Amino acid sequence: MRTALLYWCVLSLTFALLRLAPGDPATFLLPPGATASDVVRLRRELELDRPVAVQYARWVQRTLHADLGRSFTDRRPVTSVLAATLPVSLALGGASLLLSFLLGALAGVVQAARRGTLTDFTLTVGSVVLAASPAYWLGLAAIACFTYLASSLNLPLWLRLPAVGMSTPGIELHGAAHAADLLRHAILPVALLSAIGAAGVARYVRTSALDVMGSDWMRTARAKGASERRVFARHLLANLRAPLLTLFALALPGTVAGSVFVETIFGWPGMGRLMVTAIVARDYPVVLGCAAAYAALVILANLAAELLLPWADPRVAA
Amino acid sequence: MSGESTRRRWRLTPATLPIIALVLLVLAVLLVPALAARDSLRIEDVLARRLVPPFAHDARGDFHLLGTDRFGRDLFVRMMLAGRLSLLVGVVGAGLAGAVGTLLGAIAAWTGGVVDRALMALADLLLALPRLVLLLVGAALWQPGLQTILVVLIGTGWMGIARLVRAEVISVRARPFVPAARALGATPSRVLFRHVLPNAIGPALVATTLGVGNAILLESGLSFLGLGIQPPAPSWGNMIAGGRDLLVVAPWVALGPGLALVLTVLATSLIGDAWRDRIAGERAPLAAS
Repeated sequence: MRTALLYWCVLSLTFALLRLAPGDPATFLLPPGATASDVVRLRRELELDRPVAVQYARWVQRTLHADLGRSFTDRRPVTSVLAATLPVSLALGGASLLLSFLLGALAGVVQAARRGTLTDFTLTVGSVVLAASPAYWLGLAAIACFTYLASSLNLPLWLRLPAVGMSTPGIELHGAAHAADLLRHAILPVALLSAIGAAGVARYVRTSALDVMGSDWMRTARAKGASERRVFARHLLANLRAPLLTLFALALPGTVAGSVFVETIFGWPGMGRLMVTAIVARDYPVVLGCAAAYAALVILANLAAELLLPWADPRVAA
Repeated sequence: MSGESTRRRWRLTPATLPIIALVLLVLAVLLVPALAARDSLRIEDVLARRLVPPFAHDARGDFHLLGTDRFGRDLFVRMMLAGRLSLLVGVVGAGLAGAVGTLLGAIAAWTGGVVDRALMALADLLLALPRLVLLLVGAALWQPGLQTILVVLIGTGWMGIARLVRAEVISVRARPFVPAARALGATPSRVLFRHVLPNAIGPALVATTLGVGNAILLESGLSFLGLGIQPPAPSWGNMIAGGRDLLVVAPWVALGPGLALVLTVLATSLIGDAWRDRIAGERAPLAAS
């Protein structure tokens, strides 16, 4: 109930912010040379001439019927625009997030186990630098290396990766060939997003693992003769499960939002790119729809983490 | 006072190197554009000067340390000009967000009741959207530019700090010196600002420092997307955007500003980390006792 209320407030806030914005969308949409009467007609058509309160009431009514309105620019229903773009962002963000947690947790545990060695140092430097790098710049660097440089050096085909889009244009592919093509296009964006995510996860896991390793039960486990492998798999990882779950829930929306840059760089038709184009065009319904989808994602992720926490950490349930 | 006991011996800490780097950057950012031979924003004789590689002379015989962009503007001078903006946005944006967050968090904890609940509800509300999405919506509202970015950075950056300060103030409030100060006749606001806040502000300062790098990254991202600093005014973000089409012909156009960005953000976050570790080290004995 509280969650639903919070969600409603978030949506209303975005609505209010967008309607308070100076700049009339009608003037953006019309070609230069449109007359004043064109502007009036368009404003009436988009219901922008009504008082804000009436607009809000109409918006509430429609939203309750799962109708997010139509895009100002191409008149498509916002729900169908979102339905086309959200899965792309979710797949990109979700795959990257899973990979980044696998890689990050592995790197963090290795660092904690080999604390103070060259491996630890190298991974620390790598993760600090990655965390400080803007995703779009790394994306450009990746394109420069794997697309331009790789093809000018005539490297083997599997190292020459496509820079733009989700599929090779101009040819119809089906089945396995289509999947392989998609995979090839996904390598750079997914690798980029997961590398950046893994950097953060690794730093966090390293600190938490060092914390756990200093605890009494780890010493007890070793003292009773558990193998090093068992100590790590059974005692260390079990204690990292709960913080990792929370971190995952916290990171999910950020990763999906962070894909704005990756989608822009690699030309993926996802929700992040949609939102940026909609903002530039002052396409209020689409911007609102995107914000609603992001907010839903945050709230669902938090809810899921809350529900799963007793499983990850049985002490919470008691 | 001899000063012997208070003077610390100068030591090499993990923050020394990043601090030196940042000081050098600030000096360069202030001096280089001021000393540059010609106005780096002016475009003239494009054909003779455009896309000169780094460490080379253009057809007019002028030397360009980091080369030139497609309009023949010197990249080094432009990068330093952009650095002024980035550092300003980072320090002012994160600093004011930290100040607003500290103030609101302290007020929420100190007054309690409705004010507390309202402020924390507002923070929850704003935290329910990823910061980037809020920034994008905010940037869409006004004309893109410096003021918009600062307002939006402050408006989306105070919540975490406010929560932090609120928790700290509540825990410091329970320490014995607070009723002691009150018993001596200090007004509530004096107790808050003179006694409680100075003891509660450490984590907020660290979080603000760490926020500087984040603010710089966000500004550059907005500028890269065309929603931030607008050309011809240089910003590291829009300079990288300008080099995007030139990746093959002139990779140095996007490389330089990107490296500057990474190094600056790296330096600020290393300083923040070092500071946090130091505070944690100072607190540990307290927590143990």
